[in-house]
Amino acid sequence: MHGVLAMITQRIALGIATLFVISLLVFLAVDMLPGDPAEAILGQSATPASVAALRQELGLNKPLVVRYADWTAGLLRGDFGRSLANDRPIAELIAPRLGATLSLAALAATIALPLGVLLGILSSVHRDRALDRVASTASLLAISFPEFFTAYMLVACFSVGLGWLPAISLSSQGGIVETLTMLALPALTLSLAVIGYVLRMTRAAIMGVMASPYVEMARLKGVGPWGVVVRHALPNALSPIINVVIINLAYLVVGVVVIEVVFVYPGLGQLLVDSVAKRDIPVVQACCMLFAGTYIGLNLLADILALLANPRLRRPRQREARA
Amino acid sequence: MTGIAALRTAPLSARIGLAVVALYLFCLLFAPLVAPYGETEIVGGPWAGGFWDPAAEGPATLLGTDHLGRDVLSRLIYGARNSITLALLTTALSFVTGTTLGLVAAVRGGVVDQVLGRLVDLVMAFPTLIFALLVLAVAGSTLPVLIGVIALLDATRVFRIARAAAMDVAAQDFVEVARLRGEGTGWIMRREILPNIVVPLAAEFGLRFCFVFLFIATLSFIGLGIQPPTADWGSMVRENAAAISFGILMPLFPAGAIALLTIGINLVIDWAAAGNHGVSDER
Repeated sequence: MHGVLAMITQRIALGIATLFVISLLVFLAVDMLPGDPAEAILGQSATPASVAALRQELGLNKPLVVRYADWTAGLLRGDFGRSLANDRPIAELIAPRLGATLSLAALAATIALPLGVLLGILSSVHRDRALDRVASTASLLAISFPEFFTAYMLVACFSVGLGWLPAISLSSQGGIVETLTMLALPALTLSLAVIGYVLRMTRAAIMGVMASPYVEMARLKGVGPWGVVVRHALPNALSPIINVVIINLAYLVVGVVVIEVVFVYPGLGQLLVDSVAKRDIPVVQACCMLFAGTYIGLNLLADILALLANPRLRRPRQREARA
Repeated sequence: MTGIAALRTAPLSARIGLAVVALYLFCLLFAPLVAPYGETEIVGGPWAGGFWDPAAEGPATLLGTDHLGRDVLSRLIYGARNSITLALLTTALSFVTGTTLGLVAAVRGGVVDQVLGRLVDLVMAFPTLIFALLVLAVAGSTLPVLIGVIALLDATRVFRIARAAAMDVAAQDFVEVARLRGEGTGWIMRREILPNIVVPLAAEFGLRFCFVFLFIATLSFIGLGIQPPTADWGSMVRENAAAISFGILMPLFPAGAIALLTIGINLVIDWAAAGNHGVSDER
């Protein structure tokens, strides 16, 4: 057990190191511009006075190391600085939107992840029969369509055709029913792609184990198709399945960006896109750190859970081969 | 097997895929000849109906008009030229960068390999879309920046594949002989290794093209990619998105054009990959 703890600590340390370098990258992005960042952001028509004001605002007059230290210290305290566009504290801008984004991602995850794994298991049990064929084609379609195409197809169906759900998820007030109707289409769009991925990977993971001799043995001694898949194949396929589930959680966090734009949903992704268009750099930096942090954190979690679920990965030799 | 013989034995799905790709290439090459109207020519009122709407005013348009009254079909055809050319250019750039670096890493090994590998790990730890948005925010959304950042992000994936393939080849005797003969890094990369990794790289090209094409479409859709008035499918969806609330399905045409091409390419890749294992299943 000692070895496992050491390996997990090592992974966490690596994750923190990555996050640190990413924060450097995000922070330094502004300074990587040729010439003066303030002038570059304001463009050709900037007056010297406004450039000086922006330099002051961005703290460009201080040395780089001091600025980075200030910025990271602020991040850790939850103080992201002020927006250039409307001078409000960024934490205030982000807080409600983070909640909105997380609830959308959470709803999509609750629908998609169990369904994806379940359909993947069903597909493996009914291997090469009608259900498997349909699931395989449908999931391939779901993952090859761009998100906004799926989104507008659903809108055309459920909003324009049937008139059941709103095409735009603008306001987030109201009771539980209103909120759920509002979230239904964006969550469904996100779910479709995730179900497609999880289904395919679950099926592939189980199929990989199904080829091994001990499964053949189980089949020969008369275990039914359900028993073979659920009792014998699934436990050994668990590690890749957990991995794909969490990687898809990470995908959800990033995937919301496009979906929020489609449905004009007031989340973090929409804020990021608007801020990029306005070149409101401090807000962009804060959003990027939040997205990157979540993404790295979830990938780290996937790594650790895979390690715990599969004892074979803990052996050093295996680890070398994986790296 | 020659190309034509291979075609004859191709399954239906691959034929459909090839037909789709051929149709798009035709539009790309002959856009001005095929399109009934000009790229930015205004032919009628906004969002006029197409063939399904006998009461539509103005000149006949097969797929109706967009928010400014431009012919949708013509813009779709010109869009093929802009969207696909840009994606091809970007993919080509990413392959040149990724393959070169991958070969250097495999041939030189040691510190060079370590540094390049860790750099690539770092970029890949960052969600692609977020990275691109950060760069676009700082450097502004111009065409060179767009091509550069997407090619860089994609080159990390190409690097991994090229390095892995080149590593296998670099361990073989004939490379060792070339080294002993005193050939330089450049010669070993170009003359000894590159010819042996062309096939897996070519198989990867279709997959990477799909990724790049969708990525550009997504950026254009959120308003940070190709800028108007250039006809581009992603921007067309964006500009006309409001129409869908009024029951006008026009945004589905450019979105469908994007979806159809990716599916066509995927069908062709599946067919090509069936005889050539090792194509990665990465998103």
